[in-house]
Amino acid sequence: MAIPRFWREIPSRYNLVGSKCGNCGTLDFPPRLVCPRCGRRSMGKMERRKLAGRGTVVSYTIIHDAPKDFDMMKPYVLAIVEMEEGLRMTSQVIDVELGDIKIGMPVEVAFRKLGEEGEAGVIHYGYKFRPAR
Amino acid sequence: MREVSVIGVGETQFGELWDKSFRELGIEAGLRAIQDAEIAAENVDAIYVGNMSAGKFIDQEHVAALVADYAGLADQHLPTIRVEGGGACGAIAIQQAAMAIASGVHDIVVVGGAEKMTDVGDVEAARILSSTTDQEWESVFGATFAGLFAMMARRHMFEYGTTREQLAAVAVKNHKHGALNPVAQFQKEITVEMVLGAPRVAEPLGVFDCAPLSDGAAALVLCSRDKARKFTDTPIDLIGTGQASDFLAVHDRRELTTMDATVIAGKRAFHAARKTPNDVKVAEVHDNFTISEIMAIEDLRFVPKGKGGFATEDGETALNARVSVNTSGGLKARGYPVGATGVAQAVEIVRQLRGEAGKRQVTDAGLGLTHTLGGTGGTAVVHLFARGD
Ligand SMILES: [Zn+2]
Repeated sequence: MAIPRFWREIPSRYNLVGSKCGNCGTLDFPPRLVCPRCGRRSMGKMERRKLAGRGTVVSYTIIHDAPKDFDMMKPYVLAIVEMEEGLRMTSQVIDVELGDIKIGMPVEVAFRKLGEEGEAGVIHYGYKFRPAR
Repeated sequence: MREVSVIGVGETQFGELWDKSFRELGIEAGLRAIQDAEIAAENVDAIYVGNMSAGKFIDQEHVAALVADYAGLADQHLPTIRVEGGGACGAIAIQQAAMAIASGVHDIVVVGGAEKMTDVGDVEAARILSSTTDQEWESVFGATFAGLFAMMARRHMFEYGTTREQLAAVAVKNHKHGALNPVAQFQKEITVEMVLGAPRVAEPLGVFDCAPLSDGAAALVLCSRDKARKFTDTPIDLIGTGQASDFLAVHDRRELTTMDATVIAGKRAFHAARKTPNDVKVAEVHDNFTISEIMAIEDLRFVPKGKGGFATEDGETALNARVSVNTSGGLKARGYPVGATGVAQAVEIVRQLRGEAGKRQVTDAGLGLTHTLGGTGGTAVVHLFARGD
């Protein structure tokens, strides 16, 4: 996969920039060009908005069969997290004992290396979650 | 709009078929269906092929023309259409072919579904399967295909009290059915203990909660209903179809424990057929993971929401119970060559409705359903079939 594919998403993956619909006020992450609830009434009214980075675990799994790029990390915790702003995101939960992860656990965003791409070993970064301090 | 019937079915063995190429599989299934329909190749007006990812699995695109060519039909210069839609591609191909007949453009269409998955290694195959999820906002963070379904399972357990044993009951039942199907990849029964003791893939799911990687193909011959009786005494009518899409990423969906695409596709199919879920005697649903079948039987309204695990454990979905689910063995035991799935499900339902399902025959099967998922539920397709008499 090409480097621009990762570079393009940097504002969202590094800075948690989503979008807010100027029509209904709903936040989405990653940013959308059209609000799924308002359709064309939202066009031209979608503003960028940074998320606070706090949420709670809605569901989780412990991955044992990992893709090649993640093989070194297994077993690892993957979760769907509902952010304070109401939207949901998927990423790993780090700094947690495998047995301690629970639905409802408060978590916060931490920036980490996500993986390496290809022969050149280009490192790409983004958000993971850790138990809220 | 003209009505559509199935006049022929065919399928290959399912499994790790190292001696068979993609084109051989596709042709074998197609020719069997043509033979079953007792039509001549010249009667065929078009070919639709469901295939998820031949480009990644075998480096071959343009597979619809390829299959027509090797089926000996190159000289007829038929229109050939390949359909993509993750795991639902075969089911969408059926719908598209049916629409071509209903519109009056074609009279007889062959629909095939095929996938050759075992030429690549297991890790590579898992990566290819994951390509139907959101690459930018799920996969890149370490989400696997199994991991996303595992999170649905975990949430289902949390919300409804579904147990690991109930998930395992799906695999046990489908292996039991698979043992009665001579083309199934797995024809051996398993126990709940074996499922629970299997190596973990993505907790709470283990190896036996996951459908296998498979090679295989299936085909149908569809015909306008007014001409079907010229070819067969037992036409099976496609009486309703529904397709629906949803947010691609699991985390964007309204709920983790309901697939809205299945709910809507089901409603559309039942509405078109003027039938209800209670009328269905036999169903093939998309059990790529054990949790998928539990959610499917709930979302199709065979059982109330949250009761899928309990109903399965109580035997309500076993062969000749209230509704017989996955009599072929399902994706779990019959096998899961992705592109073949929707078509293979239809082949099983047609056999059931014709009364040709042998040891796994459902008594008085008058109405049958197929349910097929694309990705993690970004697409769902439901078809309803009925005996033509
Ligand atoms: Zn809006």
